[in-house]
Amino acid sequence: MNVFPRVIPVLLVSDGYLVKPVRFAGDKYVGDPINAVRIFNEKQVDELVICDIDASLKGTGVNYGLIADIASEAFMPVAYGGGITSVADARRITGIGIEKVVLNTIAVTQPESITEISAALGASSTVVSIDAKKRMTGGWDTFIRRASKRVGLTPAEAARRAQELGAGEIIVSSIDREGTFSGYDLKLVESVASAVTVPVVALGGASAFDDFRTALDAGASAVAAGSMFVLNGKHRAVLISYPTPEQVRSLGR
Amino acid sequence: MSGVSIIDYGLGNLGSVENMLKRVGTTSRRVSTPAEIAASDRVLLPGIGAFDTGMDLLREQGLVEALRDFAATGQPVLGICLGMQLLLDSSEEGVTPGLGLVPGVSQRFNEAAGIRVPHMGWNYAHPSREDPLVAGLADDSRFYFVHSYRVVPDRNEDVLATTQYGVPFASMIRAGNVMGAQFHPEKSHAFGMTVLGNFAHL
Repeated sequence: MNVFPRVIPVLLVSDGYLVKPVRFAGDKYVGDPINAVRIFNEKQVDELVICDIDASLKGTGVNYGLIADIASEAFMPVAYGGGITSVADARRITGIGIEKVVLNTIAVTQPESITEISAALGASSTVVSIDAKKRMTGGWDTFIRRASKRVGLTPAEAARRAQELGAGEIIVSSIDREGTFSGYDLKLVESVASAVTVPVVALGGASAFDDFRTALDAGASAVAAGSMFVLNGKHRAVLISYPTPEQVRSLGR
Repeated sequence: MSGVSIIDYGLGNLGSVENMLKRVGTTSRRVSTPAEIAASDRVLLPGIGAFDTGMDLLREQGLVEALRDFAATGQPVLGICLGMQLLLDSSEEGVTPGLGLVPGVSQRFNEAAGIRVPHMGWNYAHPSREDPLVAGLADDSRFYFVHSYRVVPDRNEDVLATTQYGVPFASMIRAGNVMGAQFHPEKSHAFGMTVLGNFAHL
């Protein structure tokens, strides 16, 4: 038997607040990140991913105070991304009590940093996130800087390179689907999952529990969602939710 | 020194362990010298990473003998993840001898069993007997694992809990006052809190 597939809420932070964009833009204020972490902790979530989506873009660096507050409330594995520029950053983050670092911008601008961080923390603590946008002509392009800068690699190529450099896990995020509640881009998930042997986490578009099964069938090892876990109903009111432990376990094959 | 002494030898997520011990109402401190270990009531050996790196770091700080001496006093020792593997004699992962506090070795999971390595994620751990360290754990207690090697104690009676991943393996061990957990209790919600709380009150 394999381990249960993980179901992972992704919390996006901007200027210290929890926000929820749609297709990487138009951030909606959702609330206080620490409060959200407390609620997810009570719901015994498998894992949490927290990304500061403006840290690299604005050059504000890592918000260590926020990370320390999160770590003291999170009794599950937590991955943090946003503004990491060095091995020293990564070490400091894990030293606070965060298990994994998520690399996005520097995975492209300083690819050797993946290798250095993997050597320092171990591959299983080194996650590379890949933001993918559909091409008009078919296939996908990889982007950084909140979908504003094209990298010049397909997501599968970017994932393969990240694994070769030392990443132990890949988050593949669909820019087109984010916040749209239209389901995962399953072909995207498949293209990345078939390119690497490390676990692939699907993100972007989940609207209901049944979507998780489809992403796992497409090759994902774990499923992640943002909007689905923090917004609710037709008017997208803020409401934190998470499947029951029985539901999550039912995803195991 | 009351409370839990966490061995600070450069490996492992000390912050997480401290956060959870605080939550279960136990004091903890980081210790990094033989004298501090000798003055401790109970010792927790964390660890993430490679076997030889772990032993080398312990040796560089003069902690190998200090840990053996401490264990010989009969006071509680708990190894977590790599920290548990270091308690045994050796590991397929390296060439350096382990602490040798529990007879046995660590072996790599075999992908031929149809599993992905590392074993990463949540899984059950089934206690094989009643023991104060696992008191209060429900049958469906689940724990967070990240590891590529599993411990194989020489003596069956040293296995305190088993987990299934391709093969059944020892996810917790206990040989008298020397204990280990392959999973990360500090990242395993109320289930891990129960284990760490139990350890703090042994």
